[in-house]
Order: sequence, then structure tokens, then C-alpha cells
Amino acid sequence: MKDLGQRVLAGDVRAASRLIRNLEDQITDTYIAIQEIFKETGKSHVIGITGAPGAGKSTLTDELIQAYRSQGMTVGVLAVDPTSPFTGGALLGDRIRMLRHAEDKGVFVRSLATRGAMGGISKAVGEGIHVMDVLGKDRIIVETVGVGQQEVEIINHAHTVIVVLVPGMGDEIQALKAGLMEIADIFVINKADREGAGKLYKETMNMVQMSRDRAGVSKGWQIPVLLVESVLEPHKFAESVEKLRDKIDEHYQFLVDHDLISERMRRKTAAEIQEALWGAILAPIMEKLESSGEMKRMIDRTLLKEIDPYSLADEIACRYLKEKPAK
Amino acid sequence: MAQRRIRILLAKPGLDGHDRGARVLARSFRDAGFEVIYTGCHQTPEQIAATAIQEDVDMVGLSCLSGAHNYLYPAVARLLQAEGADEIVVVGGGIIPDKDIPPLKAAGLKEIFLPGATLDSINDWIRANITPKE
Repeated sequence: MKDLGQRVLAGDVRAASRLIRNLEDQITDTYIAIQEIFKETGKSHVIGITGAPGAGKSTLTDELIQAYRSQGMTVGVLAVDPTSPFTGGALLGDRIRMLRHAEDKGVFVRSLATRGAMGGISKAVGEGIHVMDVLGKDRIIVETVGVGQQEVEIINHAHTVIVVLVPGMGDEIQALKAGLMEIADIFVINKADREGAGKLYKETMNMVQMSRDRAGVSKGWQIPVLLVESVLEPHKFAESVEKLRDKIDEHYQFLVDHDLISERMRRKTAAEIQEALWGAILAPIMEKLESSGEMKRMIDRTLLKEIDPYSLADEIACRYLKEKPAK
Repeated sequence: MAQRRIRILLAKPGLDGHDRGARVLARSFRDAGFEVIYTGCHQTPEQIAATAIQEDVDMVGLSCLSGAHNYLYPAVARLLQAEGADEIVVVGGGIIPDKDIPPLKAAGLKEIFLPGATLDSINDWIRANITPKE
């Protein structure tokens, strides 16, 4: 498929989907298309939805699509599921919850496998956001894999991060731990009609109030804790998700009003540059080391304690870097 | 570091709710190293074709055990052709009488897998016949 960049700029869904595929597969020269579209990016509001497996992220995403569509907004979704560390295969099942939007031209859902990335999303998410953005989607929802405590990569890509909690996952100490619980701009307590939701709500509120007291963490944004329930009663469920939608928009407005959006953009841009540098510098070297068999020899030598990983890294850096970083 | 991964959409068109076979296949595809998008039961051919395009898959696998395959399978192939996406291979499986196979193939189905087809034979067929797109 040719002229992917131009075709994406013209709104071609197939080209967009292929471009994301090329990014995932790390096809050479794909970056030319990204260079072409890059100037047109930065218009969409990017929303991250993260939480434990089975917390209800896909079902919330589905209802959130509906809530935005009812306002006439267009929506792009990047839904990430895990790749098998053993076979490289993946079962991507997030879409199963979003079927009703399949034929809606205002909605573009793309499933991504993590392909070994450890932060809860896939390496292609950053550029995937650009592609959806250029297609003119007003809102882009990134649904992470089911995460534990530490997979917080989503903060480098989303303007608004929603952490979805469900009752029955641990005591108050869990809520005080670092990592996932720190990254929320909005908490959703999902399945709030289940036992333990009240206690979870109280604990989360306590935690949120403590962060409020610490200057500089939330910059005055009062992190809301929303209860979502009644998934089996469509009308009630829709109502609580509409409240979530309004909070999300309120958060974005807050970022704009308090000039915080630029800070988020800087963080996102820094992550992207880092990613691009990795692709341009380290990836080709790694490929050469793998294909020449040198990587295997290095592992053998290290196992035999003939040499250590740090001296090896030094050796490789001397060979490939014109200007070796000073120690 | 270009490495094309085979992407497959596995879908159940129509009103048949017997998805055990499709789920077993989804798992088998995962274990074979493919990326499989599973979308569950009760879909229209239009939903399946739209999903195949958004997901940029190499192959659509259809499963239907209700007897409506003669209508539903060709409909998916036709819709993909209409979108100019006829390079996406469409295959089907299920309880399908032998006499239905030639018309289904004439309608654009590349292969029909019948009861008794082993998981390995299906994976081997995919490796031999599906080349990820350039």
C-alpha cells in the first residue's frame, strides 16, 4: 500500500489501519508516513483507561463511546491486550464489548497486542494516537492491558487518565502504594453494586484527600471518585457513564485553564523522542548483534564469567558511538 | 526489525450462539503465534467486514453452526470486495454439507473446514496460505 501518510491525511480508514500495522511490525520506512502526518497532530483529547484485568475497562469504553457519540463527537479507540511471552501470539478480545459501534463511521476501534512492551500498552500506541488524531477523532480512548501496580506508561500518552477499581482487591494499604494509584486524574469504582464498594470508596477518598494536601501533586485538580454500577440496567449505566464523560471533559478544561496541558504535552513529547531515539540508535545495533550471532556469543561469555555485561556494553558503545558518553 | 505477524479476525455471524469451537480456535491461533481478534457471537456480515478493515487483518475466519452459512459467508466476502479489501482471505467452518462447498468457494471463500479438521491442520493451512501483507 503506497502513500500511506497522504491517504491517512485524506481520511482513509484502511490506510490508517495499515499504517498502525506497519508501526507495530516495525516495517522500514514507516516513519516517512509519520513525518508526513506529524504536523497535523495534537488536536484530539486523549483519554487513558487503565485498571486490573476484568475491572470493566472495555465495557466502560463502550459506554463512553456511546456517551460521546450522543454529543456528536467522533471517537478513536486503541485497545491493548497482552502478547504471549511464549508464542508471540495474542488473543485480542476487547472489541467483543464494543460491537454495537462496528458500523458507525464516527468510531474507529483498533486492537493492539503488547508485543513484549512492559508498561501496560504497546510501543505503537504513541503513533497510533497520532494516526487517530489526524483522522480527526475528537476523543481518543486508549484502553491499557489489565494492569497490576506498576504499569503506568499510559501517563506518557494520555491527557486524562482514568483508573478503574473494583471492590474486593485488597485492603487500604494497597490504596497507599506508589504506582498505579498515583496516576489517576479520575477514579472510577466500577461494579459499585458489589459488596465492599462502600469501603473501597472511603479508602480511595482518604487517599485522594491526602494527595490533595500535598502541594504540587494535583495542582488544584480535585481527583473525583465516581461510582459506576448497574451494568445490567442500560439506562442507569449510561447515566453514570455520562457523568464520567462530563468529568473527563472538565479535567481537560482544567488542564487548559491552568496551563497544565503544555506540561503533559512535554511529557508525551519527551517519551516520543526517547522512543524514536531508541528506534534509531539502539534497535539497529541490537538487530546487528542478533543477526551476526554476536549476541549469543556475548551471552555465552558472560555465563562463563569471562566478561561482565558492563564491559560488553562499553565495548559495543566504543564500536558504534562516535562520541562515547563520558563516564 | 521488520517482522510481520499474521492477524486473524474470528467471528460468528448470524444467530448461532455455539461459540465453543470458535473459542478453542482462538486459543489455538494464539498458541500458534498469530494475533487473533475474537468478536463473539451474533454479528452481522456488515459488522464483520467493517471490523476486518479497521483491524487490518490478513484473514477472516467465520464459524456458523446454524445452517445459515450459504447466506452469511458469501455476504462477508462480498462486502469486503465492495470495500476493495478482497486481499483479505475469508475462510469458514462448521457443519457444512459437502454440496455447499463448491458454491461457497465460487463466492469467494478460500477454504472450508469441516468437523474433524484438527487444530494443527488449520494452523498449517494458515501458515501455507496466508502471507501477511506488504
